[in-house]
Amino acid sequence: MPVLLVVAVLVFALLRLAPGDPAAIMAGDAATAEQIASIRAGLGLDRPIVVQFGIWLGKVLSGDLGESFYFRIKVATLIGQRLEPTFALAALTMLLAVLVSVPLGVLAAWRQGGWLDRALMGFSVLGFSIPVFVLAYLLIWLFSLELGWLPVQGYARIAEGVGPFLRHLVLPATTLSVIYIALIARVTRASVLEALGEDYIRTARAKGLPELRVLVRHALANAAVPIATVIGIGVAILIGGVVVTESVYAIPGLGRLTVDAVLARDFPTIQGVILFFSVVYVLVNLLIDLSYVLLDPRIRY
Amino acid sequence: MMLRNWSVRIGSMVLVLLVVVALAAPWLGTVDPTLFDAASRDLRPGQPGEITTLEGDTVKHVFVMGSDSYGRDIYSRVLYGTRVSLIVGLAVALVALALGIVAGLVAGYIRWADGVLMRVMDGIMAIPAILIAIAVVALWRASLTSVILAIAIPEIPRVTRLVRSLVLTIREEPYVEAAVALGTSTPKIMFGHILPNTAAPLLVQGTYICAFAILLEAILSFLGVGLPPDIPTWGNIMAEGRVQFVAYPHNVFFPGIFLAVTVLAVNMLGDGLRDTLDPKMTQGRVRTQVLDEHA
Repeated sequence: MPVLLVVAVLVFALLRLAPGDPAAIMAGDAATAEQIASIRAGLGLDRPIVVQFGIWLGKVLSGDLGESFYFRIKVATLIGQRLEPTFALAALTMLLAVLVSVPLGVLAAWRQGGWLDRALMGFSVLGFSIPVFVLAYLLIWLFSLELGWLPVQGYARIAEGVGPFLRHLVLPATTLSVIYIALIARVTRASVLEALGEDYIRTARAKGLPELRVLVRHALANAAVPIATVIGIGVAILIGGVVVTESVYAIPGLGRLTVDAVLARDFPTIQGVILFFSVVYVLVNLLIDLSYVLLDPRIRY
Repeated sequence: MMLRNWSVRIGSMVLVLLVVVALAAPWLGTVDPTLFDAASRDLRPGQPGEITTLEGDTVKHVFVMGSDSYGRDIYSRVLYGTRVSLIVGLAVALVALALGIVAGLVAGYIRWADGVLMRVMDGIMAIPAILIAIAVVALWRASLTSVILAIAIPEIPRVTRLVRSLVLTIREEPYVEAAVALGTSTPKIMFGHILPNTAAPLLVQGTYICAFAILLEAILSFLGVGLPPDIPTWGNIMAEGRVQFVAYPHNVFFPGIFLAVTVLAVNMLGDGLRDTLDPKMTQGRVRTQVLDEHA
């Protein structure tokens, strides 16, 4: 939790460092000096900076992120409106990435040095190097333009039906999952490889357990903690990727909102979005820390 | 010994080639990347056309990679864009390393500063790098300096952590204890005895930062929040090309290929350096560790 406090200070500093007087912006162009001064007093901007931070933090904790300069509505409402597409994209990407990368990583470790292992390691270097948006355009070009299977861009709410919803999300989620797959598969491979060298694996094989059971129940189960850790850390990549992917595929989510807010120099919104993403990131990693107890009975808090 | 590693070999060969391209751009059949000609708009790769020079002369020019919707030569813009990408990558790596080294030495060697400094670093690391970069650019307006700093800031904690952990190990070494016993001053121990022994891991980390910086600069430009659009960067070329991607995909693909190849080369160099500089590190393990730091 001290991490979140530091994040709050940094984000607060961002708004204070931002050019322009928030009171003058809120008052509008026709305001007199007295009106601006009264708004400033109303906002508490004439108080010492520490007091201002206290007031601001109190508001943030009660869910008040201020009002957007550009959209002229509450930032919290704005984030609420844009949440669904981003959440859907991130969840689908995560699901896809875990379902693909964990089995691949296990298989690569099982046949270390084999063709699958080498292909996977090559793919992961490539996955880290190919820019998300270049990959996005490559996929649009292939699947939407040449083959015509999927829509080029846009988003369909889940309320509009599961079919259109998934059709619009397949490409963005695939694009975003590539780097995530590269990351998780690499860690899965390395930690399963380490587990496979342990004595209990030899014991399990010696007593004649089927190979699949050895791999899943013994090797993978013992490799679960580092895999869970990297899934959590990868959420930062996911958030960064969401910003880019939503822009390319014209998805009206939080990532798109971030870019729009920066272009409009809408600091309350920028601040709100950064705070929101950081809290999500810290909370996801907290949940993952807690899940260690389930994944590994040796760990206790 | 280093050059025997095929990853280092390929990576550095491609990079040398790119540096040559960046430096020799004016003599590689390019025109001024900012020149445009209304008669040469949206040409496909390989089509001949014409371009108007600043003096007002019209010269014939073959558009190897086609042209954009202003009639500018993509080939020239991509080649000149190499300069921007390499400068940003190198500068970000140097800035992040320099600031991270100082912070890491202080945190690792001066115990009372450790707590506060590392909490601040944890805070920066809890915000995804791309968001910090975007916010900083929004604050300072985009210029080469502000973009370099914006990308370097989220990298500093990662260097700091690495240096700090190295310092904590090295400070227990007999030669450091000997220096302390001899009454050597703290700054001299920090920079003269400890720092030189952190060089190898820092070099590897610096390479990864460089790759990440090139990627992030392109992303910022592509999103329209990076370097001003009149500077030919790969991200800017793609940002302009994306509007008519459906009809003219080459505007996006040529700079995209350059970008991907450059980042791949830097990453391969980093992977290779890691393997040769420290054979003890197991494959994959450390790479992901460094990447975690990048997330």
